Amino acid sequence: MRTMTASFARLARLVPALVLACGVLLTLAHAPAQAQEHERQPLVADLSRHLVAITTGFAGTDVLLFGATDEPGDVVLVVRGPNRDEVVRRKVRLGGVIWANGPAVTLHDVPAFYRVAANRPLEEIMSPAARERHQIGADTLNLRMSGDVAPEDRAEFREALVRLKESRDLYTVGPGDVNMLANRLFRTELHFPANVPTGTYMVEVYLVRDGEVVSAEITPLIISKVGIGADIFQFAHEQSALYGIAAIIIAVFAGWLAGVAFRKK
Amino acid sequence: MQIYLPIAEMSVNVFLILGMGGAIGFLSGLFGVGGGFLMTPLLIFIGVPPAVAVGTEANQIVASSVSGVLAHWRRGNVDIKMGVVLLIGGLIGSFLGVILFKFLRSLGQIDLAISLSYVFFLGIIGSLMFLESLNAIFKSRRSGGVPAKRGGHRHSWIHGLPFKMRFRKSKLYISAILPLAVGVIVGVLAAIMGVGGGFVMVPAMIYLLGMPTQVVVGTSLFQIIFVTANTTFLQATMNQTVDVVLALLLLVAAVIGAQIGAKFGAKLKAEQLRILLAIMVLGVCAKLGFDMMSTPTEFFTMGIGGQH
Repeated sequence: MRTMTASFARLARLVPALVLACGVLLTLAHAPAQAQEHERQPLVADLSRHLVAITTGFAGTDVLLFGATDEPGDVVLVVRGPNRDEVVRRKVRLGGVIWANGPAVTLHDVPAFYRVAANRPLEEIMSPAARERHQIGADTLNLRMSGDVAPEDRAEFREALVRLKESRDLYTVGPGDVNMLANRLFRTELHFPANVPTGTYMVEVYLVRDGEVVSAEITPLIISKVGIGADIFQFAHEQSALYGIAAIIIAVFAGWLAGVAFRKK
Repeated sequence: MQIYLPIAEMSVNVFLILGMGGAIGFLSGLFGVGGGFLMTPLLIFIGVPPAVAVGTEANQIVASSVSGVLAHWRRGNVDIKMGVVLLIGGLIGSFLGVILFKFLRSLGQIDLAISLSYVFFLGIIGSLMFLESLNAIFKSRRSGGVPAKRGGHRHSWIHGLPFKMRFRKSKLYISAILPLAVGVIVGVLAAIMGVGGGFVMVPAMIYLLGMPTQVVVGTSLFQIIFVTANTTFLQATMNQTVDVVLALLLLVAAVIGAQIGAKFGAKLKAEQLRILLAIMVLGVCAKLGFDMMSTPTEFFTMGIGGQH
């Protein structure tokens, strides 16, 4: 009898959350059936779009992430770009006069883009150990390194990588804002700058209670060049000889056109 | 209005690029130089990767040289035979230059190589031009408007070299090795610095080869077309660093700017023009030199790995 009342109370508490969640999902043109499917899940999240197209006029964009939780908890999200190798070089002074690139370290499988957002400061939400486990926060990224630098100096290169990525708006170390509504609904704008690398991104949403991750959802997001820009890039890389010839022909024609046009005046 | 550059992989303001193209075009029309030595550093300054700036600028110079050479061609101021010899050297040089470029890029030293070549060549040519035009201004003041005259043919070891050739239009009978060597050096510079090399070639043709001034510009432009076309092709195939969108934006504005510049240039005296150009060249040189020597605020740089 007591368990029944408890579950009833639980259900009653869930109703407004579900109504709200349905509302959000409906307004964003999602079928209500989908909401029902997620009924028993502690965490539901989705993106306003799953493809970011880099067109000729691209100057950065925002993608809306929204979702709902079954019960109050903290929401942490991580956006991870495609992995690649990065070379970090330290400048050294040559002959006491000129600064030139010196020792280099290659960092393997570095996310090209990395962003963390949470509804309140990360340290208040999770223990360092839990952050480490899920690689939440740029300082916890598991990066392999190789290069002609002593292991004890490598930490410096790693910090430099994060700092350089940050300065290009590709990493954010401090958590961004996740807005909570009525303790159940959350939303945030994910910003992608104009220099965002292309590829498949993973948007990971974690529901955290008492410092531990209780549920997670991963949504892919594809960022790719489309239209003329994509065609030009593909042309330049796949048929580079033809591309080079085309570039020369365009230049010769443009120069000739200009020479002729201005002579008549 | 922003436009995304597909090869540079960055978004830039169209009007900034058009403005830059127009301004450099104006200066190149005013002074009769290609302007590559100003445009490439400027592109790097606004954040275009140095490799892309160099490759794209070579492409743009093809266009500006074609439009420039047409006027000289009509006046018969192109020494084709000399141009072809310079060109053979230039093609060898630009091939070597692109290989060197790729090698330096893999070492992570391409930025330094570009800056160093700029400081070195701009420094020498800027100082020479400055002194020479200052001299000319003083002389013309003293002797009432007679421009400085260059000395006649000097006979030195240079004239003892084999493979002598007759260049009718340039009124020269010299060893083919000489223009060939000038071509090679300029070709290497064109590939590494993203310039046509006119600012090195024109003085070399006048002072080293002893060519008459009226055929120098036309012949150098004629040669530059082919060397920069070759550089464009090599950079496109070996490094994939030619951004046609950027090149087109730059050249449209530069062509218009050059016409306006040329009209202005006609109103100024030659010595005044040269001294202004010298000051500008020295200014760019000083800026690049200062950047290389001053303690950087960030000691680390980052580049994508796996490029070999």
